[in-house]
Amino acid sequence: MNSMTTFGWLVKREYWESRRGFLWAPFWAAAAIIIITVLGMIAGEVMKARLGGDHVYMGGISLGQMLSHASADDLAQMGKALDATMSAFAVIVAIVLSFVIFFYLLGALYDDRKDRSILFWKSLPLSDTGTVLSKVISAIFVAPLIAAVVVLAGYISLQVLVSLWLLGHGANPIPLLWLHADPFALWFRMLVSIAVSAIWALPTVGWLLLWSAAVRSKPFLWAIIIPLVAGLLNFWVGLLGLPHIRESFYWPDLFGRALFSVVPASWVSPQIGGAGLPLQHGEMVTQGLLSYAAMGRALVSPEMWIGAAVGVALIAAAIWFRRWRDEA
Amino acid sequence: MSATTQTVAEHDDVRASGAMVIHAAGLSKRYSKTVALDHTRFDVHAGRIVGLIGPNGAGKTTALKAILGLTDFEGELSVLGLDPRKERPALMQQVCFIADVATLPRWITVSQAIDFVAGIHPRFDRAKCMRFLARTKLQPNQRVRQMSKGMIVQLHLALVMAIDARLLVLDEPTLGLDILYRKQFYQSLLEDYFDENKTILVTTHQVEEIEHILTDLMFIRDGKIVLDTPMDALGDRFAEVMVGADQAEAARALKPMDERQVFGKSIFLFDGVDHAQLAQLGELRRPSVADLFVAIMKGTYA
Repeated sequence: MNSMTTFGWLVKREYWESRRGFLWAPFWAAAAIIIITVLGMIAGEVMKARLGGDHVYMGGISLGQMLSHASADDLAQMGKALDATMSAFAVIVAIVLSFVIFFYLLGALYDDRKDRSILFWKSLPLSDTGTVLSKVISAIFVAPLIAAVVVLAGYISLQVLVSLWLLGHGANPIPLLWLHADPFALWFRMLVSIAVSAIWALPTVGWLLLWSAAVRSKPFLWAIIIPLVAGLLNFWVGLLGLPHIRESFYWPDLFGRALFSVVPASWVSPQIGGAGLPLQHGEMVTQGLLSYAAMGRALVSPEMWIGAAVGVALIAAAIWFRRWRDEA
Repeated sequence: MSATTQTVAEHDDVRASGAMVIHAAGLSKRYSKTVALDHTRFDVHAGRIVGLIGPNGAGKTTALKAILGLTDFEGELSVLGLDPRKERPALMQQVCFIADVATLPRWITVSQAIDFVAGIHPRFDRAKCMRFLARTKLQPNQRVRQMSKGMIVQLHLALVMAIDARLLVLDEPTLGLDILYRKQFYQSLLEDYFDENKTILVTTHQVEEIEHILTDLMFIRDGKIVLDTPMDALGDRFAEVMVGADQAEAARALKPMDERQVFGKSIFLFDGVDHAQLAQLGELRRPSVADLFVAIMKGTYA
């Protein structure tokens, strides 16, 4: 049987097993934003009805009047505001996704050893390399791509809801909400940035998979406690005045990269990802930070590729453990 | 000669008709404190149903794990001509195993399980699997976590029997099942699966239930194969005699493996003693595998 077909089934299996984390967790995060917005709209309507008005007033002008007098410049500013809406979805979903991927990886090679279902998977003609790589791909591509689609769907759903609300108030939502390319361009940059984040995530992916494959119990504790204790010991050695790893290197570049690189776009930093930080006053964070230029700088940074090499080595170690460990 | 030292060479001709499926020689595996396999030697031929029986900790599971390429070992082991350590994915196209009940992932549904195995296994026959499932109450959208142990085994068995494998390894496949499911399990295997091109290697504690389906019997103790015989040769070699009190001393003189008392009479178990001679002492019977097991494993836990 074609090995690509097999790999496709392996990835599908990961999705089946982790649909709750990959799809429903981002879905409910996005839904929460929409629900809160709708609750706000309802509250606004109720208050307006109590006040007896039939128009939404802002500083004495009705919404419809205000929009009809908006200048082209005002509308351009609206594009930036819509970027913020898109960003809100992205940030909330990314936070949820970070947790999902972190715990997915910790359980990926451990849970089936714990409930012994590994014996079923091992009874099939599957290579351990294929199995582990299907989990890597699920963590760095499948889950983020699903999350990106959820972000877009959340954004569009909210726009539709707000458009209906505007229509209900006699305002034309088309020029206001739909004729701006910015948020869609931003979304597309997010989509492209998934590839950058995928490479950046490799050390954490490898570190978590390694403990997931290797230990008999509590992969979470091992994965966290080892770098934590190592960091504290390093600090203590430093206190004694002995040679040690610089704190400002250990915590972000070793500890941080081992545990938190799966956070989407966490490669963005003043050193490598930032687009001329500090930001100009009023500039939307995501506009500057998720620029193609920033991605390019991240892709040529040594941090990116040293981390990736370490990550690949850790994944190889996880594959070795997967081959010979079937008990937990 | 006692059964514990005798390895079987004399019956090899009976089984040589089938090609060699498993060949193990000098197979050893040591864990930090214990020796699980101690220069174990055995062969399994095609078209046989072999029971590997032993007390807990005798090395059964380690032997199966070595055969399935799940553990490293020293010595020589070839399964279907392949080295299980190095050629596991290729081997698993020809080998299936059920490692006790309830090893199917709890989140999977019946139809996902079928789709997945159909997707990755070149020798899986979906139509066959559906025919087996049609006899059960399993529903396509049912998840394993909603099933009883017996139903999980029905699903697992339907998946495995639809794979045209040459070797099926069963490790305590019916542990914890009620008797209806246990009977059904072995009956399905015999009626719908087993043929002369297939080989089944099974370990179980419920010896009585598989006694009648086995073609070969292997006892393992302390990492060594202490008995390896075709079932049809069992009665030639071993005999059980019920002897009255007056003849008991004469029976003991023939060095029985085991003696037990029932209703004031003694039942002696003999290995390799001339049957004509034994017949003079009392009524001859072929011993049950369970009685033989108890006699040979005497003192294991002492």
